[in-house]
Amino acid sequence: MSTTLAPTAPAQDRLIVRNWKVPVVFGILAAFALVVFAVLGPGGTATFRLSQDGDAWQLPNLVLPARATGIVVTVLCLALAALAYRQTQRTGRTERWLGVSFAILFVIGLMVWIIAGTNTQNITLVGLFTGAMLIVTPIVFGSLSGVLCERSGVVNIAIEGQLLAGAFTASLVASITGNALAGLVAAAVAGVAVSFLLAVFSIRYLVNQIIVGVVLNVLVAGLTGFLFEKIMKIKVEGATIYNQPPHLPNLPIPVLSEIPILGPTFFRQSILGYLMLVLVAVIWFALYRTRWGLRIRAVGEHPQAADTMGVNVNRTRFRNVLAGGAIAGIGGAYFTLVAVSSFSKDMTGGLGFIALAALIFGRWNPVGAFLAALLFGVAGNLQSVLSIAVTPVDGHFLAMLPYALTILAVSGLVGRARPPAASGVPYVKG
Amino acid sequence: MGTLKLELKGITKRFGSLIANDAIDLVVQSGEIHSLLGENGAGKSTLMNVLYGLYEPSAGQILVDDRPVTFNGPSDAMAAGIGMVHQHFMLVPVFTVAENVALGNEATGTGGILDLEQTRRKIRDISAKYGFDVDPDAVIEDLPVGVQQRVEIIKALVRDARILILDEPTAVLTPQETDELIDIMGQLKAAGTSIVFISHKLREVKAVSDRITVIRRGKVVGTAEPSASTTELASLMVGRSVSLTLDKAPARPGEETFQIRNLTVMNDAGQALVDNVTFSVAKGEIVAVAGVQGNGQTELTETVLGLRKHVHGSILLDGKELVGRSVRQVLDSGVGFVPEDRTTDGLVGSYTIAENLVLDLYGKKDFSRGFTLNRAAIAKHAAAKIDEFDVRTGSAEAPVATLSGGNQQKVVLARELSRPLKLFIASQPTRGVDVGSIEFLHKRIVAERDQGTPVLIVSTELDEVLELADRIAVLYAGRLMGVVPGDSSRDLLGLMMAGLNAEEAQAHLAGPDSARATTTEGEPA
Repeated sequence: MSTTLAPTAPAQDRLIVRNWKVPVVFGILAAFALVVFAVLGPGGTATFRLSQDGDAWQLPNLVLPARATGIVVTVLCLALAALAYRQTQRTGRTERWLGVSFAILFVIGLMVWIIAGTNTQNITLVGLFTGAMLIVTPIVFGSLSGVLCERSGVVNIAIEGQLLAGAFTASLVASITGNALAGLVAAAVAGVAVSFLLAVFSIRYLVNQIIVGVVLNVLVAGLTGFLFEKIMKIKVEGATIYNQPPHLPNLPIPVLSEIPILGPTFFRQSILGYLMLVLVAVIWFALYRTRWGLRIRAVGEHPQAADTMGVNVNRTRFRNVLAGGAIAGIGGAYFTLVAVSSFSKDMTGGLGFIALAALIFGRWNPVGAFLAALLFGVAGNLQSVLSIAVTPVDGHFLAMLPYALTILAVSGLVGRARPPAASGVPYVKG
Repeated sequence: MGTLKLELKGITKRFGSLIANDAIDLVVQSGEIHSLLGENGAGKSTLMNVLYGLYEPSAGQILVDDRPVTFNGPSDAMAAGIGMVHQHFMLVPVFTVAENVALGNEATGTGGILDLEQTRRKIRDISAKYGFDVDPDAVIEDLPVGVQQRVEIIKALVRDARILILDEPTAVLTPQETDELIDIMGQLKAAGTSIVFISHKLREVKAVSDRITVIRRGKVVGTAEPSASTTELASLMVGRSVSLTLDKAPARPGEETFQIRNLTVMNDAGQALVDNVTFSVAKGEIVAVAGVQGNGQTELTETVLGLRKHVHGSILLDGKELVGRSVRQVLDSGVGFVPEDRTTDGLVGSYTIAENLVLDLYGKKDFSRGFTLNRAAIAKHAAAKIDEFDVRTGSAEAPVATLSGGNQQKVVLARELSRPLKLFIASQPTRGVDVGSIEFLHKRIVAERDQGTPVLIVSTELDEVLELADRIAVLYAGRLMGVVPGDSSRDLLGLMMAGLNAEEAQAHLAGPDSARATTTEGEPA
């Protein structure tokens, strides 16, 4: 029998797997831009106010002619779509910067179109961003809770419940003690309590983590709703004394708080706002640069490997889930101690789930989750800022924006997200 | 770092009613390579997991340098100087080499900040000492398995292991890599490390051991010197005399009815898993696809069955194109398929043996009436097949998961061979199967060939390939390195499995630098 020789020389004309998702989406959006921003675009201008009247440094307003901007944006979008098509044709995939540039361009086009279409034709960017922080802060705390849990291999669907428990407890305890910091500590304890149930059922009794999380959300919603009716509505001398928490004051940082846009957004916050920024940095550093983080990531990726190297997998997970609960609980306190001044039923309004989406969008990285939360926050606040002005699209559609973004994020259109390999998989020795 | 003597006394490990280890005694003298020989499921890995602190023994004692010790976890075992390289590597795929080596034993600065530089230095030192070529900053999932194994050894050495347990370390290696591993084991021994070498491959055990302990069904059944003959060792391991060679008549190949032409299969990321492969199988011949695990064999068989997308090229059976057909259509065109993992792809564990025997036939009119199953016909079919394939079970109504690996595989084979076939594909037909069943399964495969069916075998066990194949196709990184005769030498196949094409490999063996490549014994006994 003769020996057949193998074709070891690499075949010319390499076959390519092409992923047309990106060029197709670009094409559709560019067509939308062409029709809506350019052809049917409003005539006037859009004014972006960069400074507020009281600011130390005044920046001039940014005035953009609507239709001209629409045309420029459309042309650039079409160019990017063509480029994406060519890249896919050639290599089967598109480079990452294309998606980022396209998104920025499209958002500019969308903003100009919406603003120019309102009857006031202007928007205060500072207002947009500072308002967004009201949403961003709890989302970030929730995402950080998710980062800690999922990095160690436990899926935390109960973020919503932890936020809600934190909000309720903070309000109750702060009202009773008259001390906002006491409320903050109590909120952390409440978050830990929810986490404890999650940890016991999912780690000790190996119950499906998604189901436990969902059940916990329902439990907390029911429990806080019940206690709200039974306790918080009690009136003494005509006032509800158990739902009147003192506020955490804003503590502007000198100099930094005077930077246009950034200053009011990040440096005129309550202690919770600063805690958020610190936690993002600290958790990032701890995860990627310390022994603690190395072990946690190993437990979330390959628990057997960690176990054989002497790391106690389930203890690590238990601790992380509890720590995550404390962080989400503190995030919940933001609702009642900073954002508004009293608890109301189901006041977290699904932000815990948006936090979950931010976690995925941010690829299980604290910094990524923070940036994703900023995006969701701004998108969510756009609607409330514009609700006073008459917008060209119905306010309800604008209100959908954060959720539409969430679906895009989770669908993997914006790069493939790779979760910790053992996330959601209980660890049983042997 | 002195040498270490290890003694196990009466170790028993029970899982419920199952006794995995039954009063095992074992002494590993300092500085020796001690082999633990036994079939799959004999209890070797359980014993080593007990020794490494992963399982708590139900009874018995471990002595290190004559002092009794108890291990509550791997960290205790490591502290006592015991290191283990697991059969399935315990490496985090997304971590770098340095991060994996550091894990659990991290050098840190103030506040627990990682000091990976210290770990990198240690890795470089050990690499230099033993001639490992390991980059501390490489990410594990990018490394070939041979290098990953060295990382595992480094992990143990960094922790000053004085006894190294190697659990089936050669299962994932090419013959040449196996030779290199044997060299490394020699160096470690010279440096004073004792080694426990776990294997079911007689040839390797004979080549490396100072002493051999044979385990069967959880018990020590004897010790042997490496000078013992392969047949002696085999009968000790199996418990009866076995014929290690298969009597098969020379193939009488007919028309080449199964043809694969320029087949390329890609994953979603566009990487070629099977890369421009062309070969054919004739009626009445067995072609075995050899290669180290993960070089495209799985994808090749899945593609034939119609399980993969991104397929280019052509697969012809009796002149009919199979690419683009559904699995049902492929099966109906006369393809029998034994998947590589019977527990996930070949059987439904909680179904009965009888039901599993008709998993792909239940819709045929023999076994169904309208919308209902014909229970009587299925039971009759099961009784016949259990008898014909010697499936050892109390009842055809027992869940298939309760059978031993060998008997499960017989069920899969019985089902796939119960239709008239135009092509028979078996992937890892005897993985995790006892020697007695291997004999039987091999005979059935050869019998199918002798009926004139083209047979395609995929196996990572070179012994099996050499035993069954009339021709051997070697895959490396998805590319076909060549198709060579069934009686080709291990050295030739080893070189091809490492990425040389048939011509290059032959030239290499004929050349002056071929001396290194022939350290292994030639053919199996």
